[in-house]
Amino acid sequence: MISRILIILGMVGLFMIFLPIITNFHESQNLRELAVNYVEGSVNELNTPNIVTSVVVTYRGLDTLGEVTVLFLATVGVGLLLKRRNGKQVRRPVSELLQTTSSFLFALIIMLGVYIFTHGHLTPGGGFQGGVVIASGFLLMMLSNVNVKINRTVLHVVESFSGTIYVLTGVVGLVLTIGFLNPKFLPLGDFGHLFSACAIPVIYSFIGLKVGSELTNILDTMGGE
Amino acid sequence: MMISTLILGITLLLIGIYAMLTRKNLIRIVIGFSIADTGTHIIIVSLGYIKGRTAPIIDGAVDAANAVQRVVDPIPSALVLTAIVIGLAVTALMLSFVVEMHRKKKSLSIDDYQELKW
Repeated sequence: MISRILIILGMVGLFMIFLPIITNFHESQNLRELAVNYVEGSVNELNTPNIVTSVVVTYRGLDTLGEVTVLFLATVGVGLLLKRRNGKQVRRPVSELLQTTSSFLFALIIMLGVYIFTHGHLTPGGGFQGGVVIASGFLLMMLSNVNVKINRTVLHVVESFSGTIYVLTGVVGLVLTIGFLNPKFLPLGDFGHLFSACAIPVIYSFIGLKVGSELTNILDTMGGE
Repeated sequence: MMISTLILGITLLLIGIYAMLTRKNLIRIVIGFSIADTGTHIIIVSLGYIKGRTAPIIDGAVDAANAVQRVVDPIPSALVLTAIVIGLAVTALMLSFVVEMHRKKKSLSIDDYQELKW
């Protein structure tokens, strides 16, 4: 009984905390100064049409490195908690129709994922979204195919490799330009082309590979249960 | 207009926290966390929205010269973009904890786990 009262009191208190956000809310008419800087810098200095990408990869690059680290730690946690079991599951054999169609779709989904993260600086999308699309392709294979075996060594190698390259690219930026994760050591290129926007597509591709392999790893471990 | 989205986000956040506090089933606590997570995303995105503007991507709809007058705030979008993926991974981690706990005690009720209670 007393806990219920405490919970209700806590909820009312939380609501009072959030109330000023609602009462003081006024629709902004213009961008804030920081956002204006980011938009102008992204267009003029980085040649990146997708402004969100330039914020994620360059202006807030250190944040993104932290987020990738959190993702890595979550993957390690899942792997530690759910140790691989060799219990054979008894499942119905898959019909040929499902098997063929899912293999066909798998290739297309992986291709879409790679497209999304290599074109992250031009179109909506990027490393995180592309990685999730790739992991969804692997999920389709795990759900539809009995005999699918994911090579965990390859997954781990891809994951560590892309993570290391991501940090090394940041260090290269530190050595050749003015700051860590600064992508300006590669040429600017033409606005709106695939090979442009300094090193942003390179960094985002490695983030995409890393996110994709990590999420596939999580799915693989959880699917073994 | 955006105030309704803001209220929706705060409502979702409060529902999620209430679910985490009152539910006894571990899976439902994880679901409550997910709902609160989504509510936070909606709050952040609604704070960056500007009426009548479009996504911060230079293309046919937005030309590079007057992009500042045409796009919404890109920073909340960038923060939420990564937060969604992190939320997914953290939910997976919480579910693995649930699986491991269920393996130890064969129970999903939070009342059966008293070790850390005071």
